[in-house]
Amino acid sequence: MIRFDHVTKQLGRKVVLDDVSFEVGPGETFVIVGLSGAGKSVTLKHMIRLMQPDAGTVFIDGDPINELPRRELQAVRSKFGVLFQSAALLQWMNVRENVALPLREHTDLDDEEILRRVDEKLELLSLGDAGDKFPADISGGMQKRAGLARAIIMNPKIVLYDEPTSGLDPVTSRRIDDLIVDMRAKLGITSVVVTHDLHSALAIGTRIMMLHHGKIVENAAPADFIRSKDETVQRFLESQYITKKGKWETFSHD
Amino acid sequence: MHYPVRSAQRLGAQVLQLFHDTGHAMFMLFEAVWFIQFAFGKRSRGETVTQLFVTGIKSLAVISVVALFTGMILALQTGLELRRYGQEVYIGSAVAVSMVREMGPFMTGLIIAASVGSAIAAQLGTMTVSEEIAALEVMSINPNRFLVMPRLVALSVMMPVLTVYTNILGITGGAVVGATQLGVSVVSYMDNATQFATNKDLYVGLFKAFIFGIVITTVSCHQGFMTTEGAVGVGKATRRSVIISFLVILVIGYMITRMFYV
Repeated sequence: MIRFDHVTKQLGRKVVLDDVSFEVGPGETFVIVGLSGAGKSVTLKHMIRLMQPDAGTVFIDGDPINELPRRELQAVRSKFGVLFQSAALLQWMNVRENVALPLREHTDLDDEEILRRVDEKLELLSLGDAGDKFPADISGGMQKRAGLARAIIMNPKIVLYDEPTSGLDPVTSRRIDDLIVDMRAKLGITSVVVTHDLHSALAIGTRIMMLHHGKIVENAAPADFIRSKDETVQRFLESQYITKKGKWETFSHD
Repeated sequence: MHYPVRSAQRLGAQVLQLFHDTGHAMFMLFEAVWFIQFAFGKRSRGETVTQLFVTGIKSLAVISVVALFTGMILALQTGLELRRYGQEVYIGSAVAVSMVREMGPFMTGLIIAASVGSAIAAQLGTMTVSEEIAALEVMSINPNRFLVMPRLVALSVMMPVLTVYTNILGITGGAVVGATQLGVSVVSYMDNATQFATNKDLYVGLFKAFIFGIVITTVSCHQGFMTTEGAVGVGKATRRSVIISFLVILVIGYMITRMFYV
């Protein structure tokens, strides 16, 4: 579904992605972890061509997204919904208008049908009462959920999450995690999640990839990830108090 | 590496960056011009009308004050000089020609660049750093259609309209000063004004205003889209948009005057 083929990206003098190759299959919840500046968000941006690789190719369902003309790029991008780190809601529109925006721009549905679909998604994300509020008037967690409602309003095949739980309290973070798991379970959506939070990664991921200095140091199922022999992975696990003998000992993910 | 070589490299990089930025701004402008056909379509009508309102109505108060006093200052300065030769009756023509040819479009351009242009750069800059522009692109909503085109329509339509308003108020301000300070009746002031200010002056002034509208939109939208470095970057983009707009308005104003009057 998503395939990185020897992708290299340099920003200034820093090589952010160094000959990176990996694949994300349909229905997976693929989590990318790593320290700040490891290249996680850059990887995500390559999937939707918000960045272009210096070398290598990114394939989406077999289409090389970094080489497509604009019209075909739109068709490929329509397969994606994206939840940005800052939620990226348009500040002059209320929550309902934000969520409705893709429908208004890309469909000829009448207002009544748009409203019905928007309210359906808002209910799914427990935002039924927030439709008339503006982004500045709701909490960070609600903004993320509104961003997620907008991301899935066109029923995309793939949803990308950039740091979905950053800046949120633990309870709200777990709620967002549950939503991501629900997206996969109920809607069969393929997800790619970028996060620092390993607890979250282990809870939601079907596979976890760790980037370090632009290179992949591990790419495994959660149960194998916590048993990785790689020192960088071990240090990263220890930094978040995760050990093989802890609660993840018998970890498995269907 | 030797200092002259480093300096030459830096200069070369800056020149290349300038070409790159200009190319980007021109591409943005051409695409926005192409999208004008959808300005009052179902998806853009609301934003176009909003921008027309913001540009036209919300700037009226400040433009009124500036226009009125520009005309009054012009009348007073030229009137006092002309009175030494007993020619103060000619302040009508002096004020009208100055306002219609130069001061009307120029003052309107500066005010709109400082008020509307800076607001555009700040808004688009904030949207850029908070990933809203990236979100639009991912949703396959072209920012040049969604954001730039309505502002281009608003500024290129409203600049000439506001310039006519500035001209009227400026000439009126001159008439008030003429009547109260210089002893020139309103009737002879207006007779003199209409005798010397030609249709060509009016059209060239309005053409300038139209071009200034395009310049302000292009510069402020481009600066907004190029914003980096968070809140500090938004401040820098806003300041740059005002400075660049002022400079380009001055240079283009001179070129248009030269083109039509030399």
